[in-house]
Amino acid sequence: MRLKYVLNEVLVGLWRNVTMTVAMIITMAVSLTMLGASVLLYMQVDQMKNFYYGEIEVSIFLRSDVTDAQRSAIDSAISANPLVAQKTYETREEALERFQQLWKDSPEFVKSVGPNSLPESFRVKLKDPETYKTFTDQMTGMQGIQDIIDQRALLDKVFNIFNAIQVGALVVAGVMALAALLLVGNTIQVAAYSKRREVAVMKLVGASNWFIQAPFVLEAVVAGIIGAVLGFIFLFVSKIVLLDTKLQALTNILTPIDNGNVWLMLPLLAGVGALVSAATAWITLRFYLKV
Amino acid sequence: MIQLENVTKTYPKASRPSLDDVSVGIEKGEFVFFIGPSGSGKSTIIKLLLHEVSPTQGKVMVNAKDVTSIRSWKIPHFRRSIGCVFQDFRLLPNRTAYENVAFALEVIGKTKAVSRRVVPEVLELVGLGGKEHRYPHELSGGEQQRVAVARAFVNRPLILLADEPTGNLDPDTSIEIMRLLDRINRTGTTVVMVTHDSNIVNQMRRRVIEIESGRIVRDQARGVYG
Repeated sequence: MRLKYVLNEVLVGLWRNVTMTVAMIITMAVSLTMLGASVLLYMQVDQMKNFYYGEIEVSIFLRSDVTDAQRSAIDSAISANPLVAQKTYETREEALERFQQLWKDSPEFVKSVGPNSLPESFRVKLKDPETYKTFTDQMTGMQGIQDIIDQRALLDKVFNIFNAIQVGALVVAGVMALAALLLVGNTIQVAAYSKRREVAVMKLVGASNWFIQAPFVLEAVVAGIIGAVLGFIFLFVSKIVLLDTKLQALTNILTPIDNGNVWLMLPLLAGVGALVSAATAWITLRFYLKV
Repeated sequence: MIQLENVTKTYPKASRPSLDDVSVGIEKGEFVFFIGPSGSGKSTIIKLLLHEVSPTQGKVMVNAKDVTSIRSWKIPHFRRSIGCVFQDFRLLPNRTAYENVAFALEVIGKTKAVSRRVVPEVLELVGLGGKEHRYPHELSGGEQQRVAVARAFVNRPLILLADEPTGNLDPDTSIEIMRLLDRINRTGTTVVMVTHDSNIVNQMRRRVIEIESGRIVRDQARGVYG
């Protein structure tokens, strides 16, 4: 009977104040969507970093007037370096060949590049891409090196953009969450006010605190979970519409987002939504009902 | 049953204490009036007994338990042994007499089956047989107070606290309510009533404790209003 009573109170409570309930659910949904998007993006960037950082190399371009002695000194320095996993040497001819292959759609451009315009280079794969800085510091200063270029620097620029989007989504999620919290607090206050007589009688006859508070807290939790489910649906639909169809070309460059990860957002959003609502409601009640 | 030991209660921002070093003992089954002018501290005693407020100093014992030492989460359970009636009845307007009493039972975990057995009985006892399904606005003031008494008594409390229960009632109705409280008292329930209705006090001839400016100025076994 008590469970039935509590559930009934929750439904009545949500319906009594339906405009506020809807506002609460919408802000909750938007906030949680942003949170979900942000978490997905974070996972995505992490996955892409793992994928691309494994592939990248450090290129050591040699000066055009490099001597044989200098070249072999560099060669053996690289081989002796404990940070290096693998190295290949690329002659000018190979560089040109690769260049022609890469730009084969623009023959004019290829023609303008002579066999001597491209430098010879060592392509070095590091055991840990993070040690790039140390490796560069160790190599610079050697005779015959023109430039050391890490592909990582380029990728970092791309990842910085992702990070900025992620932070932006988090900020929006935070602001919306604040609005959602205030709405939850307000809704609970209104609910408690409209039931003040019942609450007074319950306190008088010695109803336990949890029994007085449970309908209000559950009201907030139900709204939070509905918001989370809406947010999840929105997230899932956007993923399908945007990434799987419209921007599919982009997904081939980016690593694809795993549907499993998107599904993972459902329990996450529901959990966060429910927990945050419950905590807010409970704290509001502590001040408002003084039970 | 009830023991106040050197109780002083000063509300925050108050210049003088509402109760000033009050000591009084009430035995099981007694019927006690607390009388005195408004603001003398009568109602503070009720609040102390319910643990709605804590004493600034001194000890409040109810049922041989030190009220101030009850953990806050156990207070609801403690209150179940005390029934309460107020001047303004405090009934739920959207519930019938039966539902008002049943509500009090069901929110402390009693089943509907228990309500069906106990509630008609207690409504009969307070003289509302046949009016179970009336709403408060369909009942007279005296009848509403009877519902409130039924609600306070349905759980068979050891103590019944009444804070000016006749304050909103005409003299005849007041006397009926007093007869009801007297009947409840005869079942062995300790009744503590705060009032400034001299008629009633004079008719009942029960123990009278007079409070003035937070101090007990009179404690008389079969007293009158004075």
